[in-house]
Amino acid sequence: MDKICRVNMSDLTVTFGDVPSAWAGLGGRGLTSTIVSAEVPPDCHPLGVNNKLVFAPGLLTGTAAASSGRLSAGAKSPLTGTIKESNAGGTAARMMARLELKALILEGLPKEKAWYSIHINKNGATIHEEHEVEGLGNFALIDVVEARFGKRVGILSIGQAGEMRMSLANISVKDPDSKIRSLGRGGLGAVLGSKRIKFISIDDEGTPLVKLADPEKFKEASKRFSKTLQDHPVTGQGLPTYGTAVLVNIINEAGGLPTRNFTYGQFDGHEKISGETIHDTIVARGGKPKHGCHPGCVIQCSQIYNDADGKYLTSGFEYETIWGIGAGCCIDDLDDVATADSVMDDIGVDSIETAVMFGVAMEAGILPFGDGKGMIRMMREEIGKGTPLGRVLGGGTANVGRIYGMTRVPVVKGQGIPAYDPRSIKGIGVTYATSPMGADHTSGYSITTNILNVGGHADPLKKEGQVALSRNLQIATAAVDSTGMCIFIAFPGLDIPDCLAALVDMINARFGIELTMDDVTNLGKTILKMERQFNIAAGFGKEHDRLPEFFSLEPISPHNVVWDFTGEELDAFWDF
Amino acid sequence: MQTETVQITVKLFASFRAGRFVEAKQTCVPGTRIADIISRLEIAPKDIGMIMLDNRHAEPEQPLHAGARLSLFPLLGGG
Repeated sequence: MDKICRVNMSDLTVTFGDVPSAWAGLGGRGLTSTIVSAEVPPDCHPLGVNNKLVFAPGLLTGTAAASSGRLSAGAKSPLTGTIKESNAGGTAARMMARLELKALILEGLPKEKAWYSIHINKNGATIHEEHEVEGLGNFALIDVVEARFGKRVGILSIGQAGEMRMSLANISVKDPDSKIRSLGRGGLGAVLGSKRIKFISIDDEGTPLVKLADPEKFKEASKRFSKTLQDHPVTGQGLPTYGTAVLVNIINEAGGLPTRNFTYGQFDGHEKISGETIHDTIVARGGKPKHGCHPGCVIQCSQIYNDADGKYLTSGFEYETIWGIGAGCCIDDLDDVATADSVMDDIGVDSIETAVMFGVAMEAGILPFGDGKGMIRMMREEIGKGTPLGRVLGGGTANVGRIYGMTRVPVVKGQGIPAYDPRSIKGIGVTYATSPMGADHTSGYSITTNILNVGGHADPLKKEGQVALSRNLQIATAAVDSTGMCIFIAFPGLDIPDCLAALVDMINARFGIELTMDDVTNLGKTILKMERQFNIAAGFGKEHDRLPEFFSLEPISPHNVVWDFTGEELDAFWDF
Repeated sequence: MQTETVQITVKLFASFRAGRFVEAKQTCVPGTRIADIISRLEIAPKDIGMIMLDNRHAEPEQPLHAGARLSLFPLLGGG
C-alpha cells in the first residue's frame, strides 16, 4: 500500500504514514504543490526550519507506461520566493514507485553542523551521519555511493553549490548510466543543503511490480499511447535523431534566439552549436545520438557527447543549456559548451540559471563575451569553491544584476528567462510572466504552436490568441506534470487525439477509477490556482506577473519588435 | 529575348540536408511560389513541418521575391 515518508532533520527521526485521502489521486507536481501549500508557511524563509522539500513520482511512474519516469520535487524556492516544482528523469522516481513511496517529505533543520544522508529501501528509511562526502562534486559522490550500495542504487544529491546554499544550486538525479539528470530550476539544491543532506540513496531490490487495478485494460491503453509517441514525427523521429538542440537553428531563423544577454534575436555562430552539428559530431566521435534519461523512455531525446579523443564528455546536453552558454554568452566552441555542461552537472548548478546569469555577468564586464574557457574556470574555481565572487555569481541572475547595477536583467520573479525571446515569440512571454514558477518555458510551452506548427499555428509576432494559448498549455502541463510523464508527450498530445485519451485510460486502469478528460483538465486548473494562492500569500501580486522593463523599451532584431502586452491583458490569464 | 529571373537563397535544416545542401542560391522566374521550390528539391509536401520566408512563417502558395531567404524544416520539436 502506498505510504508517505517523513524525515524530520530537527530530531533526526523517520516516520511512515498512510496517504491522506485528499492526496490519494495525486502524484508528481499535483502532490508536491498540494503538500507544500498545506504544510509550508508561505512567508517562511526558504532555507529555514519551516520549509519542506517534497519528492513525488508521478501517477504512472513505475508502470510499463512509456516515458513515465519523471520525479517531481517541490518546496518554497530560495531563488524566486514562490512555490516551486521542478521535475527530472533518472532512476529514482521508478524506484520510489516500486517501494510504494508516494511522497518523501524532508522537514526541519539539524542542530549540528554535520552532513547527513538518507538511505531508503524495502525495510524503511534511515538517516546516516556522513564524514567522507563533504565538498565532493556529484560525479565523485556517485562513485562513493555506488561503492557503498552497488551500481544499481538510485541517487539524489547536491554538489558544492548545494552545500553552500547557492540559489543556482540544483538536485542531481542519477540516470541509468550513472550520469546526471537535474531537478534544475529554482535553487532546490540549496534547500537540500540547508537541511544538510548531501545525498539520498534508494534501493528497490526485492520490491514487487507496481500493482494495476486492471492489467489488461492498462496493457491495451499503454500500447495505444506508445504508438502515438512513435507515430508523431517529433517524438518518433526528430527528437531521437537531433535531440532538443535542433531548436538552435529553428529559433535563430525565427529571430527569437536571445543573443549577447538578450540584445539580438540571432546568433552568427548558430550553425556551430546546432542540433545538426551536434548530431554529426557525436556520430564522428563514436558517441550516442540517442539515449533515454530514464528507464522505459521511448523518445530518447538525450545523447552521449564525446570529446575530440572519443572519451565521454557529457550527456543530457539540452537546447536551453546550449542556447544559454552558446548564443546567450556568444560562445561558439561546441566543446567549451559541452565542458561547461559537464562542470555544471558536477558542481550542481542549474544550467539555465547559470547561463542566463553569465550573460548578465559578461555584460557587467566580469568576463568578456565569448570567453568559454574563462567561464569554465569561473564555474570551477569561483562558484565551485565559494570565493566571494563565486558567491555573487551563485546567487543567480537577479543577484548579479543588482550587485553590478545592470538594467538588462532577464528574470521574472527572480528566475532567469530561458532560450526564447518573448518580444519575437509572444506566447512564451505570457508563460514567463504568469507562471507561478517564475520564468519557466516548460510550464506552458507555446513554442509548439507559435513556432513548430504543432497543435495549429499562432503567429509568434502578434498578440492575438497568446494569452488563451498559454493558459490552455499551462493547465494541461500542470496535469501532465502530475502523471510522471515527460512533457514531450505534448507533441503527439496536441496532434493525435488518442494520445491523451490513452493517457487517461492508463490512469484509470492503474487505479481502478473513472476519470474523464474534463477531470484531468480540472486537476490542472486546481493545481495552478493552488500554486498562485501560495504565491499571493508569500507576497506576490499581479504586478509580479510582468516582464522586465527593458523588453518594452529595446526592440530586438531582426523583427525590431518590443514586448507590448498591457498589465490588464496579462491579468486576464487568470480568468478561468 | 532573355527571360527575366530572380535569385533567392534557400536554407535546409535537419533531415532535408541529406543528399541536398545546407544553403544555396537558386534562380527562378518571377512569380515562382514556395511550393515550386519544394517540388524542385524533391521534398514531399507532407514532410514539410515549417516554412520561413525572411524569418517569418510562410505558406507554400506564397510567391518568392528577388533576394528572398527561404528556410525549409521537417516537423521538429524540442525544448
